[in-house]
Amino acid sequence: MSTQPKREDLVAAPSRFPLREVLLFAALMLAVLGVYAAMGAAYSTRMLVEAACYAILALGLTIQWGYGGQFNAGVMGFVALGGFCAMLFSVPINDAFWGTELPGELGRVLLYAIAATLVVIGVTRLDRLGVPKTLRTVIAVVVGLILYLVVISLLREVTGEIESRAGFIGGFGLPAWVGWIVGGALAGGVGYFIGHICLGLRSDYLAIATLGIAEIIKAFLKNSDWLTRGTATVSPLPWPTPGPSEVGFTLARALYLSMTAVVIAVLFFLLHRAYHAPWGRMIRAIRDNEVAAAAMGKDINRRRLEIFVLGCILMGLGGGMLTSFNSLFDPNGYLPLNHTFLVLVMVILGGPGNNLGTIFGAVAVYIIWIMSGPMALWLMQLIVTFGEGAFGWDAPSNMDSRALQARVLVIGVLITAVLRFAPKGLLPEKIRHHD
Amino acid sequence: MNELVFFINNVVVAGSVSGSIYAIGAVGVTLIFSIMRFAHFAHADVMTFGALMVLLLSTAFPAAGASIGIPTALIMLPLAMVLTAALAVGIDKVFYKPLRAHGVKPIVMVIGSLGVTLILQGLIRLFAGTGGQSLYVDDRKEIFRLALPFEDVRVPVVITEPQLYLFVITLVAVIALHLFLNRSRLGKAMRAMSDNPELAQASGINTNLIVAVTWVIAGGLAAIAGTLLSLDVTFKPDLSFFLLLPIFAAAIVGGVGHPYGAIAGGFVVGFAESLAVFNWNILLRPFRDSFPAWLELPTDLAFVSTEYKIVVPFFILVAILIWRPTGLFKGKVI
Amino acid sequence: MPLLEARDVHGGYGSMNILNGVNMTLEADEVGVIVGPNGAGKSTMLKAIFGQLHVNQGEILLLGEPIHNLPPNKLVQRGMGFIPQEKNIFPSLSVQENLEMGAFLKPHNVKRMLAQVYDFFPPLYEKRRQPAGELSGGQRQMVAMGRALMAEPSLLLLDEPTAGLSPLYMNDIFDRVKEINAAGVGILMVEQNAKQALAIADKGFVLAAGQNRFTDTGEALLADPEVAKSFLGG
Repeated sequence: MSTQPKREDLVAAPSRFPLREVLLFAALMLAVLGVYAAMGAAYSTRMLVEAACYAILALGLTIQWGYGGQFNAGVMGFVALGGFCAMLFSVPINDAFWGTELPGELGRVLLYAIAATLVVIGVTRLDRLGVPKTLRTVIAVVVGLILYLVVISLLREVTGEIESRAGFIGGFGLPAWVGWIVGGALAGGVGYFIGHICLGLRSDYLAIATLGIAEIIKAFLKNSDWLTRGTATVSPLPWPTPGPSEVGFTLARALYLSMTAVVIAVLFFLLHRAYHAPWGRMIRAIRDNEVAAAAMGKDINRRRLEIFVLGCILMGLGGGMLTSFNSLFDPNGYLPLNHTFLVLVMVILGGPGNNLGTIFGAVAVYIIWIMSGPMALWLMQLIVTFGEGAFGWDAPSNMDSRALQARVLVIGVLITAVLRFAPKGLLPEKIRHHD
Repeated sequence: MNELVFFINNVVVAGSVSGSIYAIGAVGVTLIFSIMRFAHFAHADVMTFGALMVLLLSTAFPAAGASIGIPTALIMLPLAMVLTAALAVGIDKVFYKPLRAHGVKPIVMVIGSLGVTLILQGLIRLFAGTGGQSLYVDDRKEIFRLALPFEDVRVPVVITEPQLYLFVITLVAVIALHLFLNRSRLGKAMRAMSDNPELAQASGINTNLIVAVTWVIAGGLAAIAGTLLSLDVTFKPDLSFFLLLPIFAAAIVGGVGHPYGAIAGGFVVGFAESLAVFNWNILLRPFRDSFPAWLELPTDLAFVSTEYKIVVPFFILVAILIWRPTGLFKGKVI
Repeated sequence: MPLLEARDVHGGYGSMNILNGVNMTLEADEVGVIVGPNGAGKSTMLKAIFGQLHVNQGEILLLGEPIHNLPPNKLVQRGMGFIPQEKNIFPSLSVQENLEMGAFLKPHNVKRMLAQVYDFFPPLYEKRRQPAGELSGGQRQMVAMGRALMAEPSLLLLDEPTAGLSPLYMNDIFDRVKEINAAGVGILMVEQNAKQALAIADKGFVLAAGQNRFTDTGEALLADPEVAKSFLGG
C-alpha cells in the first residue's frame, strides 16, 4: 500500500542529521543577508525585529492549531489588546486628566457598573426565595437592561467630558514590558472567556467567535477616544531599550532585536519542555483521538482551555512588543490580513506543531511579505508603462492601492495552496510511531 | 404618535430589511453546513461577488430597466445569480473538493474557505476598488412616504422602492426554497444527505450531484442577498467579515442545518440589531411631563451606538452557544 | 451463472487487512448467511461487496461482471441493495420520503413500488407522513427494508437486521426476509443470532479471522457438531 513510504517520512529517528532544517535555515540566512545587502542595515534590522515579534504570534497560533487543533481566526484582536496595553502602560501620565476630578468620576461609574452587576446576579438568584423561574428570568432581564442603560449613560457622560477636557486618559508612565505582560494576561483573559464558551462545541464555532471578538475589540479601541485617542492614534511609545535618538537607528533596533530574540529563546525552551512533558503528550493525545483520550479519563475541555489561553497570552505579548516597536498605537492599523492571516500562513507553511518550523515560517513569510510590497508596485509600474507604451492604455489612478490588494489575493492563494499541496508544512511536526 | 412612526421606520422597517438579507445569507450557510459539514467563511464575499456582477451588468446595459419600468439591477439579478452559482460550483471544484477527497477535518475546510474569501476579496477589490458605488446606475430610487390617517401624525412611514422589492423577493425565495426542499426529488435527496450521508450514498443518491446543487442554491441565494443589500444602501466591496458574523449568528440561532431556522434566525438578528441601536428616549418623550423632577433622562438612550453594531450578533451568538448550542429550532449538526 | 461470487477477497482499512481470502458463491434465489465470532470480518465483507471498503486482492463478481471497488451508487444501479446495521433511515424525512429515496435512481418506478412496499409492510402506510425518526425500532427496520426494496434489487445485503430487537420482532424480520427471497431477491446477511439465521439459510458462511472456516448449506452447518461447538455456543 502507498501509506507505507508516507509513514516512513513521519517517523523521525532522533539521531538523524537534520538536513532539511539546516538547508532551510541556511536558505533563510542567505535571504536575510540579501535583504541587508539590498536595503541597508537600518531597514533590514527593523524587518527582523518585526519578524521576531511575528514569530511570537506564530508560536501562539502553533500552540493552538498545531498542538491543540483549535483554529483561532481572530489573532488580530489579541494582538490589538497587547498593543493597547503596551500603549496604556508605557505612555507618560496625562496631567490634564489625573489633575482633575475626572478620575474620581470615572472610578465612580466603574463602581456603579460593579454594583449593577452584583444586583443583576442577585436578581438571578431570586428563585431561591420562591419566585417562579420564568418570572425571575423576566425580572432579571428587565432589571439588567435598565441598569445597563443607566450605567452606559453615565459612562457616556464621563467619557465625553474626558474627551473634551483632557483628550484621553493618557498612560501610566511605566516601563513597556509591564504593559506587555498585562497585555498577555488580558489577551489570555479574553481567550478564557471565548474558549470557555466554544471549546466544548464544534471546532467551527471557535473560529466564528474569535473572528467576531477580534472585530469587536478593534471597534472598541477605535471608538473609545477617551481611552485610546481612537483614530487620532498615540505616538511615540517608549521602548524598554535605548531609543534611536540616543544610540542611532541601527543600534537601537539591534538592541530591541536582541531583546526579542531572548524572549523567543526563552519561550522556545519552555514550549519544548512542555511539548515533551506529560502535559504535551496529553494535549496531542486529545487532538489526535478525542474519544480515546476522554475514555482514559482526561479532562478534555480543561486541557483545551489551557492550550487556548496559553496561545492567546503569547499573542497578546507579541502584539505588545510589535506595537511598542512601531512606536505607534493606531487601532485602524490592526488588520485581519496583516495580523491574522499572515500569521496563519506563517504557521501552516512553516509546520504547525513544530516550533522550529513555525519560527522559520514566521521569518521567511515576513521577508516575502515585506518585499512583496515594493515588488508588486514595481511590477504594476512595469505593466502600466508597458500598457501606455503599447496600447496607449490609460491606467486607473489608484494603481498603488490596488497593487496592495494583490497581497490579499496572494495570501489567499498561499493558504489554499499550502492546505492542498503541503498540509503538514515545510518542517512537519515530528510524530513518533510505535509500531 | 409621531414617536411611534419613528419607531416603525427605525426598527420595524430597518429590522425587516436587514433581517431579510441575513436570512437569505444564513440559509445558504446552513445548507452548505448540512451537506458538507463546515462553516463556509467565504459566503459574505460570494454575496459581494453577486452584487458586483449585478453592478457590472447594469453598467453595461444601463437602459434595460427603463423599458419595463423596474430597476435595471433587478433585471440583471437572474443572470448574476447564474454567474454566482457557477462561481460557487467552480470554487468547490478547485478548492474544496480536493480537500474533501483527502478526508480532512471540517476545520481544515474552514481554513480553506478563509483562503478562498481572501482570494475573492483580492479579486473584487482589484477590479472594483474599495469605495462604495450605487447599484442604481441609470434609475432613480423611488421613496414612498405613507402618511398615516391620524390627526396629529406629521411624520410619514418611509419605505424605499428597493425595500419593497426586497420583501417581495425574500418571500418568493423562501417559498421557492420550501417547495424545492419538500416537493422535488433533488430537494428531498438534499435533506436525506443532510440527515445521513452514508445511507444517502447507499440509496444510490449521487452525492457529487447533491453537493453541486447545494452550491448552486447557496450561490444563487448569496447573489440575491448581496444585491438586495447593495440596492438598499450602496455596493460596498469591503463588508466581508462584518456581514459574516450576523449571518453565522443567524444560522446558529436557527439551529445549524435547519433552513427554516436560519430564516427565523436572520430576522431575530436583524431586529435585535435595530432594537439595540434605536434611541429609546424617543419613545419615552411623550411621557416626559409625567416623570418626577429628579429623573432626567439622557438624550441618548440607545443600548449600543451604531459603531458597535457588530457587538449585537456576537452577543446573540455567545448567548445561544451558552444556553442552547443546538439553536432555537434544534439543529441537526452541533 | 451465480448471482454473486467472491474469490479470494483481501481488504481492510489502510494497510491493515481484515479480510484474508474470503470465498463466496450465492445463486439468484438463495438466502446466504454470514456468521462467525466478533472481529471475524463479517460486516467488513459486506462492506467490501458494497464498495465501502477497498479490496486489495481477489475479485467480486455480480452476475459474472467484476464489481469490486465500484462506488455504491453504481452498485445500486446494477441491482444491489444494502441495509446498514445502524443509522439505516433518514430520521427527519417522512416514512414516504424515506421510501422515495430508495428509488432515487428509478423515479418512474416510485408509484408502483410504493404500493408494493405498503402492501408488504401495512404499518408503514398508516405512518407514511410521520418522520421516520419517531417510529419504534421494529418499524424503523421496516422502513429500512422498504427503502432498499424500492430500487427493486436483485441482491439485498443486510447487516445484522435483528440487532437490538426483541425476539418477537426478530422472528418477524426473519419471516420478512424469507418472503422477500421468495419474491425473487437474493439475500446475503450477517447475523449474530446464528442458529435462527442458519435455519432459514440456503448457504451459510462461517468466517473466522477474515477467512472461510466452514461453507455449506445452512442445514448442514447446523448439524455439524464442530460448528455447533465452536460457533453456535454448544
